Amino acid sequence: MPGRRRSAWLAQALTLAAVLALAGLLAATTAGHLQERGIRSGFDFLLEPAGFALGESLLPFEPGDSTLRAFAAGLLNTLRVALPAAALALLIGIAAGFGRLADNPLLRGLATAFVTGVRNLPLLLHLLAWYFILTDLLPPGDAPLNPLPGVFLSKSGLALPWWGETGFEVPEPAGFGFEGGANLTPEYLALLIGLSIYSAAYIAETLRGAVQALPPGQRLSALALGMSARQTFLLVLLPQAWRAALPPVTSQLLNLLKNASLAVAIGYPDLVSVAGTSLNQTGRALECLSIVVAVYLALSLVAAAISHRLEARLFREQGQ
Amino acid sequence: MSPARPPEVARTAAPQGRADLANLGRLRRALFGDPLNALLSLGVMALLAWSLPALLRWAVLEAQFSPDVGACEALDHRGACWGVVAEKARFILLGRYPVEQAWCPILAALLIVGGWLGAASGRLPGAAVATGLLLPPLLACALLGGGFAGLEAVPTELWGGLPLTLLLTGAGLAGALPLGIAIAYGRRSSLPLLRALLTAGVELARGIPLVAALFMASFLLPLFFPEGGGLDMLWRVLIAIVLFAAAYLSEIVRGGLQAFPEGQRDAAAALGFDAWQTERWIVLPQVLRQVAPSLANSGIALFKDTSLVTVVSLYELTGSLGLALAGDAQWRPFYLEAWLFIAAIYWIGCSLIARLARLAARGAGPAPTPSVNAP
Repeated sequence: MPGRRRSAWLAQALTLAAVLALAGLLAATTAGHLQERGIRSGFDFLLEPAGFALGESLLPFEPGDSTLRAFAAGLLNTLRVALPAAALALLIGIAAGFGRLADNPLLRGLATAFVTGVRNLPLLLHLLAWYFILTDLLPPGDAPLNPLPGVFLSKSGLALPWWGETGFEVPEPAGFGFEGGANLTPEYLALLIGLSIYSAAYIAETLRGAVQALPPGQRLSALALGMSARQTFLLVLLPQAWRAALPPVTSQLLNLLKNASLAVAIGYPDLVSVAGTSLNQTGRALECLSIVVAVYLALSLVAAAISHRLEARLFREQGQ
Repeated sequence: MSPARPPEVARTAAPQGRADLANLGRLRRALFGDPLNALLSLGVMALLAWSLPALLRWAVLEAQFSPDVGACEALDHRGACWGVVAEKARFILLGRYPVEQAWCPILAALLIVGGWLGAASGRLPGAAVATGLLLPPLLACALLGGGFAGLEAVPTELWGGLPLTLLLTGAGLAGALPLGIAIAYGRRSSLPLLRALLTAGVELARGIPLVAALFMASFLLPLFFPEGGGLDMLWRVLIAIVLFAAAYLSEIVRGGLQAFPEGQRDAAAALGFDAWQTERWIVLPQVLRQVAPSLANSGIALFKDTSLVTVVSLYELTGSLGLALAGDAQWRPFYLEAWLFIAAIYWIGCSLIARLARLAARGAGPAPTPSVNAP
C-alpha cells in the first residue's frame, strides 16, 4: 500500500521534526540563560583545579587537583563500596533465600521476617539508621570497642588489620583515630551495610521465586529416585533455579550500583555526590550530569556484557 | 537444614488425637530431624530467647511515654523514649505546613488514599478507576496550595511530611501509568524512528540512578524554561519522578503486551472491533490485570523512592524526620525512636499498596463486558 507507506514516512518525518524543534528550542533557551548569567559552557573545567576536598578517597586527592581527577576518585569510591556490597548481598541473599525455602519453621520464620522487614522500608531509611548507630551510639574514638585483637570499632569508624605501606599492619590507637591497617569511615560502613542488606532481601526473594517456579515433577522425580530432601535441593533444584535466577539477580546487582548514589544523603563522596559538588562550584549542570549519565550507562553495558557471558557459559556447561 | 519439603503422603483421615500427634511428630522432625537442623533450631531459639526479652524491656517495660526530656535522659537509653514521638509527631507528619491550616494536608492525604481504595475495590468500571487515580492528586494540590475560600496561600516549599510523600506517590503514579502505557504502545509501533527514540529514552531513564534524575530536575530543568516561566522545585521533581517511573512501568506493560495471545486480536477483528476498540476493551483490561503484581511492586518502589527527594531539599516524611531532629540537641539522642515511628508508617504504606493490588487483581474478575455496541 504505497499511500499507507507514504503516510508512515510522513509521520516519522513529523516526529523527527518535532523532536528536533523541541531540542533546538531547549538548546536556545539554555544558551540564552547561560549567556545572561555569564556561565561558560564546555568541558574545559575538567582540567582546572577542583577547589573542593573529598571526605575520603581511594585515589589520593587534593583540592588543587583537576576536576577530572575528582570525578575519577568519585567513580572509584562508587566501585569501592558497590563491589564489596554486591559480594555481601549475594552471600546474605543466598543464605536468606535458603532460609525462606527451609523445612525448619523457625529458620523459615526468621528469614521471612528479615526479607519482609527489609523490603518494606526505603533504602534511605536503612542508611540513616546505620549512620546514626555508627556515629551516635558507638563509643568515641579514644575508648573503642575491641571485639577481636587488632579490630577497633568506634565513632571514628572501623579499624582493622590490612596490607599497608610496610606490609601487613595491625592498627594502633592514636588519639581519636588509628594508625596502620585499614580505616573504614562511618559513612562508608553505613553505605556498605545498608546496601548489602537491602539488596540481599531482594536477591533472597528472587532465588525463592526461581526455586518455587520449577515444575513440581522435578522434585518428585528426584525423591522417587531415592534422593534425600537435601540432595534433591542441592543437586536437582538449585542448578536449574540458579540459571533462571541469573538475569534478575544481575538486575538486582545493577540496582545496587545505582543505589550507591544514595551516598549523597550521608556524605560519602561517590560519583553522583562529586558531580553535585562540582556543578555547585562551576555552575555547569549539563556537563557534570552528562558525565554521570555516560558513566552509569557504560557501567550498565559492562555489567550486561558480563552477565551475558556468564549465562552463555552456564548454558553451554549444561549442554543446552 | 533440609530445604525441600518431604513428599506429602496421602493419609486417610485419622482421629483427632492421632492427627495432633502426627503434626507434633512432623514438627519435631522439621526442627530436630538431623544434627544440622537441630543446631540451626537451637541457634534461632537462643537468638530469640536473648533478643525478645531485651526488646520487650527496652520498648515497653522501661520505656518513657511522655514528652519529658529530663526523664528520657535519665533513662540513658536503657528504655525507649517514645516521648520524642509525642513531642515531634506533628512536625514529622506534616512538616513545616502552617499549623492553623493543618486540616488541609490531612484531608489531602485522606483523599489520595481514598482514591487508591476506590480504584482498587474492583467493582468499578475503568473510567472510575482512572478518576480515582487522577483526580485526588489534583484536588490534594489545590487543597495544599490554598489561596481560595478564605484559605491562606501556602507556597510549595512549606508542603511536607506524610501528605507530600503520598502526593508524590499518587501524582507520580497518576502521571506515569498513562505515559507508560503510551510508551509501551509507541515501542510496538511500525515506525522505526519513533521506536528508536522511545527505546533510547527508556534505556536512558532506567540506566541512571533516581538521585541523578532528581539533580537534573533541580539544576538542569530551570535552564530549559524561558525566564520568569520557572517552575517550583516540587513540580520539577514531580516531572522527573513521572518520567523516571514511566520508563519502568512501560517495560512492564510492554512485557504484558508481548505475551498477549495474538488470536484474541484476530477474534476481535473478526467480530468487527476496530483497532482502538480492540485495545480498549479486549487487550488492555486483560494485560493490566496480568501485570498488576509487577505494577504494584513499582508502586511500592515509587512510594519508597519518594524519600530521595530530601537530597533536593523537599521535606517529605524522611526529610521532615531529619528536619525535626537535626537542629534539636535535646531530642536528637532519641533519633532511633522517631526513626521507628516513620519506619512503621512506611511499613504500613507498603503493605497497604501490596494488599490493594491483590484486591484489584482479584476483585476485577473476568474481563468486563464492553458497554459499547460492537458493530
